[in-house]
Amino acid sequence: MTKRKRTAALIFGLLTALVLLAFAFPFIWMLLASFKTQSQIMSEGQLLFFKPTTHNYTSVFKEYDFLKYIVNSLIIGLGSTLLALLLGLPAAYAIARHHMHKLSLVILVARIIPGITFLIPWFILFSKIHLVDTYTALILSHMLVGLPFIIWIMISFFEALPKEIEEAGLIDGCNHHQVFLRVIMPISGPGVITASLLSFIFSWNNFMFSIILAGDKTKPLPVAVFNFMSYSEINWGALMAAACIITLPVLIIALLAQRYVVSGLAAGAVKG
Amino acid sequence: MYTSWFDRNLKWIYVLPAVIFVLVMMLFPILYTVRISFFEWSMSAITPPKWVGFDNYKTLLTQERFWKATGHTISFTLVAMVLEVILGVAIAMLLSRQFRGKNFVKTVFLLPMVATPVAMGLVWLLIYEPTIGAANMLLKSMGLKPLLWLASPNQALSSLIIVDVWQWTPMIALIVMAGLATIPSEPYEAADVDGAGRWRKFVSITLPLLKPTILVAAMLRLIDVLKTFDIIYATTQGGPNLSTETLNIYGYVLGFQYFKLGTASSLLVLFFGLVMGLTLFMIWMRKRMEGQYD
Repeated sequence: MTKRKRTAALIFGLLTALVLLAFAFPFIWMLLASFKTQSQIMSEGQLLFFKPTTHNYTSVFKEYDFLKYIVNSLIIGLGSTLLALLLGLPAAYAIARHHMHKLSLVILVARIIPGITFLIPWFILFSKIHLVDTYTALILSHMLVGLPFIIWIMISFFEALPKEIEEAGLIDGCNHHQVFLRVIMPISGPGVITASLLSFIFSWNNFMFSIILAGDKTKPLPVAVFNFMSYSEINWGALMAAACIITLPVLIIALLAQRYVVSGLAAGAVKG
Repeated sequence: MYTSWFDRNLKWIYVLPAVIFVLVMMLFPILYTVRISFFEWSMSAITPPKWVGFDNYKTLLTQERFWKATGHTISFTLVAMVLEVILGVAIAMLLSRQFRGKNFVKTVFLLPMVATPVAMGLVWLLIYEPTIGAANMLLKSMGLKPLLWLASPNQALSSLIIVDVWQWTPMIALIVMAGLATIPSEPYEAADVDGAGRWRKFVSITLPLLKPTILVAAMLRLIDVLKTFDIIYATTQGGPNLSTETLNIYGYVLGFQYFKLGTASSLLVLFFGLVMGLTLFMIWMRKRMEGQYD
């Protein structure tokens, strides 16, 4: 019996390790290749053990001016998240408290419609008013991904808050607006963090809207790294270094705020 | 007087900015897309849009390329979705027991979903590279023949399905794991008394109880797989030989490479119809299947 149990535990351990390796492998591969020279990447003898070089990283910053793209991504990500919060929090609160379910349905539709449907009109409109290659156009378009998500997450958060808290605020002489600002907002930290993190990640990762609406001035990271490939011979080491630089911030957010990210994705899931 | 008016209408004041934003950024573009789908226009300032009625739709519906793209979209979506659900449930079952390092595993699971898809597409491009890629090294080390992966019209779509499965199976697994945690232990105790085996318990207790969770997860994937863009555009851009061109990619190419805005718009209207239709079908299925247990 014990022997059987031990074999079962061994099989279980091996399977778990295999699953883990399968999902982690591309990240390991990306990290390794980012420290290799082109010839090391080409050579099968230097898979795991090789003399690492940081040349790829320095060239990404010096030759390709990656700092500019990082700043662009930050401006667009933070700008769209802050604005989406500004519009989304009061809306989510009103929908949650006054059961405006028809409005929440609209939000759901925004999640279902393919984003590309908006791109042609946006492109025409933004070209006409000279907004292509401006932060305004990119922030507005990225908000369309972030805002529905923020409203969606915050509706369930606000619905879960006990009504007594607001009643206490009203008795103390606040009006409804003050209750929202002074009573509800200060205790909504966890919900707001979850919603903001996901909205920021979505913006940081967004490629489809940016590749059309961004230009040389406002190009964010995903577009910049994609343009890397158009050079005649792919410089794999630099490409992987660039991929590492893009992914690192999101991975750090995911690791530090794991609890929030999982609950955010799950909120999108359970209600979806 | 002013404050009481403000307070009474507060809910409308609160939702108004978001509603205006949605109307301007969503509803207007949708209506505009529908309108332009009846015109022929290449964004030129000199030649204005020309009304062509349903010609754009006729062009698409009689075109082999359109139907191929539709086929790619549907097969990519269905295969990826089914694989993700099966693997996700299997992995969730595997990890359902308590063990050391469980949280670490869950953390690793989070990474493929949040990592920038374009960057991951490029990493997979290196993995699939026929001469220096890890995929062929693995095949060779197992004594198998190397493949062309993304470079072959026959293998490219399947290779991209693998990428999507890698990216999104963890989401299904995490959702199912959360669902597993809510299943009560009594049915299992009763099954133990009846002498049911592990597989029997899985089929007769776990699966039926998990069904709602699995259906929701599958529906979420359906909606998103249909719209896959980043990993396809970053790796193959629809090639080789249009073998990975989905409706999303074809619409993009029509609109922003050929500048056939009218045809592109009519494709997007059809694509939108497909996404809505399949989503409604899934919602209907879910209602029907849940109804069985009521």
